[in-house]
Amino acid sequence: ISEFEPPEWHKVEVVTPCPTESHGLQGTIKGHDLFGYVGIEAVLDQMRRKTMKAGFEFNIMVVGQSGLGKSTLVNTLFKSKVSRKSCSPNYEEKISKTVKLQSVSHVIEEKGVKMKLTVIDTPGFGDQINNENCWEPIVSYVNEQYERYLKEELYVNRKPRIPDTRVHCCVYFLPATGHWLRPIDVEFMKRLGKIVSIVPIIAKADTLTMEERQEFKQRIRQDLNANGIRVYPQTEYDEDPEDRILNDKIRENIPFAVVGTDKEHQVNGNKVLGRKTKWGIIEVENVAHCEFTNLRDLLIRSHLQDLKDVTHNIHYETFRVRRLNESNLTVHGLALILESPPESDLQYTVANTATASCFYSIL
Amino acid sequence: NCQSSIPSHGKSLQDKNARPLSLSGHVGFDSLPHQLVNKSTCQGFCFNILCIGETGIGKSTLMDTLFNTNFENFESSHFEPKVKLRAQTYDLQESNVRLKLTIVNTVGFGDQMNKQESYQHVVDYIDTQFESYLQEELKIKRSLHNYHDSRIHACLYFIAPSGHSLKSLDLVTMKKLDSKVNIIPVIAKADTISKSELHKFKIKIMSELVSNGVQIYQFPTDDETVSKINTAMNGILPFAVVGSSEEVKIGNKMVKARQYPWGVVQVENENHCDFVKLREMLICVNMEDLREQTHTRHYELYRRCKLEEMGFTDTNPESKPVSLQETYEAKRHEFLGDLQRREEEMRQMFVQRVKEKETELKEAERELQGKFEQLKRLHSEEKSKLDEKRRSLEDEINTFSKKKAAAELLQGQSFNTNANLKKDKDRKK
Repeated sequence: ISEFEPPEWHKVEVVTPCPTESHGLQGTIKGHDLFGYVGIEAVLDQMRRKTMKAGFEFNIMVVGQSGLGKSTLVNTLFKSKVSRKSCSPNYEEKISKTVKLQSVSHVIEEKGVKMKLTVIDTPGFGDQINNENCWEPIVSYVNEQYERYLKEELYVNRKPRIPDTRVHCCVYFLPATGHWLRPIDVEFMKRLGKIVSIVPIIAKADTLTMEERQEFKQRIRQDLNANGIRVYPQTEYDEDPEDRILNDKIRENIPFAVVGTDKEHQVNGNKVLGRKTKWGIIEVENVAHCEFTNLRDLLIRSHLQDLKDVTHNIHYETFRVRRLNESNLTVHGLALILESPPESDLQYTVANTATASCFYSIL
Repeated sequence: NCQSSIPSHGKSLQDKNARPLSLSGHVGFDSLPHQLVNKSTCQGFCFNILCIGETGIGKSTLMDTLFNTNFENFESSHFEPKVKLRAQTYDLQESNVRLKLTIVNTVGFGDQMNKQESYQHVVDYIDTQFESYLQEELKIKRSLHNYHDSRIHACLYFIAPSGHSLKSLDLVTMKKLDSKVNIIPVIAKADTISKSELHKFKIKIMSELVSNGVQIYQFPTDDETVSKINTAMNGILPFAVVGSSEEVKIGNKMVKARQYPWGVVQVENENHCDFVKLREMLICVNMEDLREQTHTRHYELYRRCKLEEMGFTDTNPESKPVSLQETYEAKRHEFLGDLQRREEEMRQMFVQRVKEKETELKEAERELQGKFEQLKRLHSEEKSKLDEKRRSLEDEINTFSKKKAAAELLQGQSFNTNANLKKDKDRKK
């Protein structure tokens, strides 16, 4: 995190075209030299302060068959017992008969930054004998959150802060088979990839050797491409060349092979998170062992805000367009009725329509 | 990102459904504010200032001084028939922060003989920017995060340094604007007022504003980091400012100042005027808050009023919640019904007209037919008359030719006889 440079005399770039002036309208932009300190950069600090005060919301959904370590991974990611399993008093490890979504929220704080984290669990997914359409409850849930947000947004009297329950990220757990994507994986990611940002991961990756892992990843990437599945970070949403380079590196490495645990062991005199086996300790936060840190960095340290932005600016907007179109709003939507058509135009249109149809009836 | 992506402050995150939890290690989401700020830095910021004040009061000079640049303005005349607004946008950059600054100046404010309509253009301009944003927000395919936000974030109201009190135009204008924009009143050309007069003047102005119920912008005091300085500044309002683009040498430095025979007024000297305080408050400390207030308070108010005006409510007469969509659909239905009805009316009218025309034409045709019949009759009558005449004429001709033939015959006979007689005579000779 860079601190600001102390204010000093800055020479500044000039960006050309010339100004125009017009009555009440915006002129074009002209760049200017600043001859001395103004203090514009202080706005960054102001923004930081305000966002810290307001706090953040983040909603993450975990999808995968039981036993793939979803709860453990989420707990490891957020270094606390955030999953439903860990906080329901009467939690029983039962295979549920249908896919039921359950969410649990916690407020966590780090260095003054407050985050309301909601983890949405999908027990029962892929666990039935017949798993056809098991994604439907999930698709409904995602769309329902968009619907809720849209409704709040359309109120005349709106809340100053619309509660955001939209799914910002969906982590999809692939079992470490080493082969290819299974039909359920393809079907799920195809459908959900259109409405939410999917981050596929290889769960319980400590059963794969490094070579097997690389091969598996390649096959998965091939499969994803072949089926037209878009996972996060999507190439279309790269904002500038810098972004693209950064995201390309990530895309070359997905899906991340992760191992999760909340147990600590001593390794070389340090306490590390790891899974102890007879043949060694798998260090979760060691990049040589597994890619947990890559996942954590992606989801939390570098792309958290981006995940939220993509959800808000792209997925939500796509939903909104579709939804408003469905309810028969015209192309100009609500804006149309803010400007009632001028009288003369109306008569002209009506007259023309009347003339045309009458003409034919007389003939 | 010219539209703030910061969740607006209001309710905090405390929620009955969310339990607080402690972390057992460093997770890393403390970088969130930085992630957010980095994105905004890439996209740039927007800031729009409206300067209202009489011609020649020093609006442009103050802007130049505030932003440490030369915006190339020119003097306006005092003879503008109506108040106009002139908006210009500039791209400024300081270290890695790009700011799209729009400065809107009033032209001819306070110059007219009749100032009753002076504030209207200003109000209209502000409303237009809100309307623009609202339109974009209501579009089906919209792009809010790319939208160039033109809404006014701060309004600097320039008070003339009379030393006495506010002018009635000032009060009326500010009252009209206080629910639409963040007003920051400043005393312009403060170097014409002495310190003691200034103190009295400020008190008078503030009490007049309070007694007239004008809500000026209050620097926010809820954030501990800045509450102290903001509270202090709230007590110094309105800022007495002096602007200058010229520099004067003081000691061994060149400073922005105004040189008089009796001394030099230094713009950035806090003992001389409140310029530095204004810059501090407007830009360094509260720019973000000004933008936020514009969006969450003034814009929301405009939106609510506008939608209510159009007949949208959140609850219908039976107090059941009604969505904007339902209201819209009802309106659209009504609108289409209306359209159809008028189309039908026009159609009926058209058909009627055609029928009328048809009958007219039929009438005319009948008339024509009648005339034709008559003419035909006349014609055949004439014809038969003529035929008769012709026959009688023919008869006459016949008779005549018979007579003629008979006469010729007779003549011929007599000639013959004469000729015979003559022959006989000749023979006898």
